[in-house]
Amino acid sequence: MITVFIIVLGLVMIAAAVLAVQQKSLLSAVLLAGVISLLASILYLVLAAPDVAMTEAAIGSGLTTIVFLFALNKIRKQGKHD
Amino acid sequence: MIKKYAVLLLLGAFALMLLPFVTEVTPFEELSPVAQKYVKDGPDELGSANLVSSVIVTYRGLDTLGEVAVLFIAAAGVGFMLRRKGDVKKSLRREASGILRSGTVFLFPLVLLYGIYIFLHGHLTPGGGFQGGVVIASGIVLLLLADVSAKINGTVLQWIESLSGAVYVALGVLGIVLAAGFLDNRILPAGEFGRLLSAGAIPLIYSLIGLKVGAELVGIIDSMQKDEL
Repeated sequence: MITVFIIVLGLVMIAAAVLAVQQKSLLSAVLLAGVISLLASILYLVLAAPDVAMTEAAIGSGLTTIVFLFALNKIRKQGKHD
Repeated sequence: MIKKYAVLLLLGAFALMLLPFVTEVTPFEELSPVAQKYVKDGPDELGSANLVSSVIVTYRGLDTLGEVAVLFIAAAGVGFMLRRKGDVKKSLRREASGILRSGTVFLFPLVLLYGIYIFLHGHLTPGGGFQGGVVIASGIVLLLLADVSAKINGTVLQWIESLSGAVYVALGVLGIVLAAGFLDNRILPAGEFGRLLSAGAIPLIYSLIGLKVGAELVGIIDSMQKDEL
């Protein structure tokens, strides 16, 4: 049962990664990258590594996404100035 | 066309490199000798209920100090590249929505408290200084998103960051003098196993790491937000 769950989780992560690369919209790509991190943190929790899961959830899907969004905002603003 | 074949060739070589991990790997049946020693002697020696913490803070304490140093250099680099040139121009930014503002009023104290809980209980439950620091930083990001005019006092941040870093290293040196070596946590009494005040210096060191990491990440976010290209 747990093996099936892990395999499904891995497949969804791969699908999200491919979608993130294929996305036209940068915003959706950033959000999909955050989704991958969130799923990875669930995977770590299932594999009995709660410490790593917490780090992944907080840094990977939380802070990194926000930093990317700030950077995206900056790029757009700079584009308007030119 | 030739580029496509080169990419395929590279991917093929990469797959070949990773193949042994699929075909030949066998699950670990038993721990390595070093890990066995940690598992057997860790709880008695250091008095920390969370074995991961005693490995991270004490047995492999030097690595953690290195990680903290790496994060410091990253934060310093971002601060150098993105200079804070004063306030965000209000005209450039939209006012946050009502949902975000009232949600932040409710959530911010809880997020802050949760972050402090994580690093104070690092020796008892999963998590520790890094995780707690990141949770605190994400709470402050919420505050910055909700209130457009919110300002972070950079001087206070710098003081928190440098003081906790210096005290962390000083505690490590104290370990050489009072206990077995650098960053030994037995400079304070071990206390009762599983209590909040136990495991020697681990809660203290984790609190310092939490404050340092939180201050650094808030500094990074703050300089990203204030930077004017």
